[in-house]
Amino acid sequence: MHSTDWLQLAVFIGALVLITKPMGLYLGQVLDVKGRTWFDFLFKPLERLTYRLMGVDSEKEHDWKQYTFAMLMFSLVSCVFTYAVLRLQNHLPLNPQGFGPVSPDLAFNTAVSFTTNTNWQSYSGESTMSYLSQMVALVIHNFASAAVGIAIAAAIVRAIARHSGKTIGNFWVDLVRTTYYLLLPICVVFAVVLVSQGMIQNFKPYTKAKLTEPYTTQVPKLDDKGQAVMTNVVVTTQSAKLDAQGKPVLTNGVAVMVDVPTLDAKGQPVMTNVAVMVDQKIEEQTIVQGPMASQVAIKMLGTNGGGYANANAAFPFENPTPLSNFLQMLSIFSIGSGLTYYLGRMVKNQSHGWSVWTCMMVMFLGGVLLCWWAESKGNPIHQNLGVAVADGNMEGKEVRFGIFNSALFATVTTDASCGAVNSMHDSFTALGGFVPLFNIQLGEIIIGGVGAGLYGMLVFVVLAVFIAGLMVGRTPEYLGKKIQSFEIKMAMLAMLILAIDILGFAAWAAVSDWGKAGLNNAGPHGLSEMLYAFTSATGNNGSAFAGLSANTPWYNTTLAISMLIGRFLMIVPIMAMAGSLVRKKIAPPSVGTFPVSGGTFVILLLGTVLLVGALNFLPALALGPVVEHFLTLQGKLF
Amino acid sequence: MTQKSPSLFDWKIAGPAIGGSFQKLNPRLMIKNPVMFVTMVGAVLTTAGIFTAHAERGFIAQLAVWLWFTVLFANFAEAIAEGRGKAQAESLRKARKETMARRLVNGREEKVPAPSLQKNDLVVCEAGDVIPADGDVVEGIASVDEAAITGESAPVIRESGGDRSAVTGGTRVISDRIVVRITMDKGQGFLDRMIALVEGAQRQKTPNEIALTILLSALTLIFLLVCITLKPFGIYSAAEFSIPVLIALLVCLIPTTIGGLLSAIGIAGMDRVLQRNVLAMSGRAVEAAGDVDVLLLDKTGTITLGNRMATAFIPAPGVAPERLADAAQLASLADETPEGRSIVVLAKEKFNLRARDVTQVQGQFVPFTAQTRMSGVDFPGRSIRKGAAEAIRIHADKLGGAFPTAISQAVDEISSSGGTPLVVAEGKEILGVIHLKDVVKGGIKERFAHLRKMGIRTVMITGDNPLTAAAIAAEAGVDDFMAQATPEQKLQRIREEQAAGHLVAMTGDGTNDAPALAQADVGVAMNTGTQAAREAGNMVDLDSNPTKLIDIVEIGKQMLITRGALTTFSIANDIAKYFAIIPAMLMATFPAISPLNIMSLHSPTSAILSAIIFNALIIIALIPLALRGVKYTPIGALATLQRNLLIYGLGGVIIPFIGIKAIDIAITTLKLV
Repeated sequence: MHSTDWLQLAVFIGALVLITKPMGLYLGQVLDVKGRTWFDFLFKPLERLTYRLMGVDSEKEHDWKQYTFAMLMFSLVSCVFTYAVLRLQNHLPLNPQGFGPVSPDLAFNTAVSFTTNTNWQSYSGESTMSYLSQMVALVIHNFASAAVGIAIAAAIVRAIARHSGKTIGNFWVDLVRTTYYLLLPICVVFAVVLVSQGMIQNFKPYTKAKLTEPYTTQVPKLDDKGQAVMTNVVVTTQSAKLDAQGKPVLTNGVAVMVDVPTLDAKGQPVMTNVAVMVDQKIEEQTIVQGPMASQVAIKMLGTNGGGYANANAAFPFENPTPLSNFLQMLSIFSIGSGLTYYLGRMVKNQSHGWSVWTCMMVMFLGGVLLCWWAESKGNPIHQNLGVAVADGNMEGKEVRFGIFNSALFATVTTDASCGAVNSMHDSFTALGGFVPLFNIQLGEIIIGGVGAGLYGMLVFVVLAVFIAGLMVGRTPEYLGKKIQSFEIKMAMLAMLILAIDILGFAAWAAVSDWGKAGLNNAGPHGLSEMLYAFTSATGNNGSAFAGLSANTPWYNTTLAISMLIGRFLMIVPIMAMAGSLVRKKIAPPSVGTFPVSGGTFVILLLGTVLLVGALNFLPALALGPVVEHFLTLQGKLF
Repeated sequence: MTQKSPSLFDWKIAGPAIGGSFQKLNPRLMIKNPVMFVTMVGAVLTTAGIFTAHAERGFIAQLAVWLWFTVLFANFAEAIAEGRGKAQAESLRKARKETMARRLVNGREEKVPAPSLQKNDLVVCEAGDVIPADGDVVEGIASVDEAAITGESAPVIRESGGDRSAVTGGTRVISDRIVVRITMDKGQGFLDRMIALVEGAQRQKTPNEIALTILLSALTLIFLLVCITLKPFGIYSAAEFSIPVLIALLVCLIPTTIGGLLSAIGIAGMDRVLQRNVLAMSGRAVEAAGDVDVLLLDKTGTITLGNRMATAFIPAPGVAPERLADAAQLASLADETPEGRSIVVLAKEKFNLRARDVTQVQGQFVPFTAQTRMSGVDFPGRSIRKGAAEAIRIHADKLGGAFPTAISQAVDEISSSGGTPLVVAEGKEILGVIHLKDVVKGGIKERFAHLRKMGIRTVMITGDNPLTAAAIAAEAGVDDFMAQATPEQKLQRIREEQAAGHLVAMTGDGTNDAPALAQADVGVAMNTGTQAAREAGNMVDLDSNPTKLIDIVEIGKQMLITRGALTTFSIANDIAKYFAIIPAMLMATFPAISPLNIMSLHSPTSAILSAIIFNALIIIALIPLALRGVKYTPIGALATLQRNLLIYGLGGVIIPFIGIKAIDIAITTLKLV
């Protein structure tokens, strides 16, 4: 934990503070149909034309049902469109590599994944998707799903700010204005900046380069039909080597491990099928090309996270310099952070907006520090093998970024529902990997996905206000609006859906063959991999504990369903809550109402998030990363 | 009936309550409380587990016992709250011993049992009769002993027409004869409803209670899911979790503390309302009282004593004050109005002038008439008059006297301060002015300051002119006033406040208050008021003390605070329970996690048992708090929140660590595990 890293953390937070207010003010203009922006001269005619083509009356606002219905219809249509493009990409232009159609389950998974702002990728972009698929079928969702999230957040903020009304804005107007005035202009500028850092933006076919240092790797042996050749071997587990007295043999205080055959009840060794591996000499490398900068800009800004290349932000073309790395992290947080300011401004209580922001930042800092500390401390097993303690855990990390920037990136990307990665979360230490997992399980409310973070956090605000309101002896009020049984019902429904979606699917996977088949690692780490996959899908994050081979029909389908539930079944109750809030009167504050700002409120909100939001996942986490952590300390690997 | 609350575990109440705890195990009753219902299902499954388990039967049996205790303790809390309510109700019921009523049918009396009376029946009550049911006096005037319900021994006057026409069933007529029209069917009267409320039989959940129940049920569902999915996770991890252990974890995690005490809190709250001599129509009304932020009060009888009183003598230049006082007293001797008497009293207090017997004074008293607007007394050679300034000026003019400018000034000053000036003249000479004013009740200012601290704005309603109203408002310390108010304006004012988002309480007694009482969110009718007013409001104050609302507001707030505090406590407890149970569950498969056992509990079984025992005992430990309510002090919302977060939030995190460790030591020492 070097001083330069501390400095960078301070600069990161400082920069975030600086952009929060301007972003919030700008959002205020964008999300107001009569708002004015610098880009009016450019986009106003286009905006009007779009409304005319879509037959939208921009003056007419929606109630919550119309708004939600429009959003669901839009998502459905765009999802089907993407599915169609992926399935038909071999018949469509801009496919220089000649990729075939995407398989039905993968196309379903991918279409859902991008529609829900998840960008879970069961595929490697560079070896599956044509340029058209990347640029049209996927990138439109990078814009649209981000715009949908922001629109929903805006609708809810309006519901809180307005009173005795019915309507909460026009979905189409919010969608169009957010795309034209917010996402497009910033992305153009951001993409140019990224290109200046060395990011590529072209339509060239992939290039091949001769390796200066050819190497040999092991690949599964294939028969003439292209199927892997399998063989039967004894299953072994690692356990401590015992000396003659039955005591573990220690080296530097750590038990020496040996492979021991696993025996079944009858004392027979357990056998399993594994692929036969053969050596393959690698002498040349394919270098990915394509329109990367344009996609990366929106991938970060819209907290999409779907990488152009499989290595995502660890890939040099996708993240060329320390500056590009810094800007990418900042852009992930920028809109979510600005939305808290927008909230404060709309409800005419700026300190409330900042208090919500502060609560998010406290949790962000907690996550970064834990992850950074765990990764810096490294892996005791590595250290026994002679890795310097000072190096920390560099497994799965890009040396250009090192421990701190990997930990920071991992925290940022999972606080927000981005899911872009510049290191392998799978290779983090148990506690280091616990942080991203935990961040997503909280519901990605630490800044969060664009829009989704704010509306997720508002659910916790409602619950916090309810419990606290009772404690001061008044029917709970949030900014003057009574929180009654309907709001509680909807807020708890959202909590329940989150828990069912994550725990239900992960538990199913843990005891089914399809679930365990995808695992690369056994034991608690394997559990973490499955838990992470469904957590990431439900939270619409999209990052992965890469150990899981998820490109199977089972995983593709279950994860897609999990993503749909995590997105839309969360939005509907929250919108219903908005529909109820907008109808309420606003009671003026008195000495009997406690302020929804300041230190007490921040602590209250923090406590609610941690107690109501996180306690549900502790048992599962205990079996995953927590157990793994203690076992690693004892020298066990998985 | 100012009852003392029975001591918490009075055997007369606790005994039947123990029986009641078992009766309440009826699943059809239990299902109303989802948290405890899940606990009971867990207890049943664990009990079954004793017989199906292959090992650790003793441990499972102990778990089952404590799970049943958890359910019974929660039932006990409810039963004891109901028992206390019943004791309270019993004394009310005594007031309504089955009596015979004298029903008037076509002008003839007939004796019928009181329960057979119906709405709009007419009954006759004479001295000695008990009034059979709530009603309105339609004929006659009588003094009525209402001690049975108010505890006040002095009889009150009840008469037909006007604002004192309502009579309550169970009270006794002690003089004269009245005819009462019954306004309530049997079982619908205020007393009946209140009895039903405190006994818990007809208690309906209040809005906040419903919202809280939803929250608790949802948490229960979530934790149910957590424990169910733990089974497959365990299978994957080769850590087989047995059903009783998973149930133990579930019961520890779901909010049983608040779930078990929730209904007791509501019942006890209603009980406390009754102890304050207020009949509330519903728990909803009491809860709403806790939210009130505007209070409308009638001036007369509420803020002021109701009559103007002489407070000062201001002599004209060159007149000795004693002379003025003497003349004023003489002129008022025969004046039986409260104002007149107050002049006599003031003269006595200030100048020690003894009131002379009217009969001994050889004078001719001149009564007040609407024409002269003066009253006074004529002695041989001496004629004293007191009256309104204008009337005296004309009177003095006629006799050729002058009206000093100093007196004119004094008159104006008194008028502008909201008082009433009475000018006294002897012959043609103006002696001075008597200052009459509305006297504000003692201690009222402090009560209003208290209300203000609670976040409640007070508005005085009066028929006085704005000047007088402003002066009294300033003296009483109300925040706002409404002068020359008509019933329509009162109603309008309430609607305006409500439209601005306020919750309005109103106290009133007259028939013309009825619409406003009905419109207000909380309408407190005075027991001395009319039946119409009592019908319109949702509470009746038996003591007819308008500032009683402060008590009701506090009880309403207490009910919410207690629920909120125990919810926070309940959820915060989960942290310690996790630290007890999760390591215990994993220890067998992953001995490496032993550092997680931060309480260093003796063994996995002792850890799980300790957590379950703590979970059960904490319900019993908190019953007194649930019945008494968390104390409410008007220190502002933020300070209240901070205090309660510290006590019940932080305390809720820390206490179970200590409690579970202590229980672990105890059961290990007793070799229960």
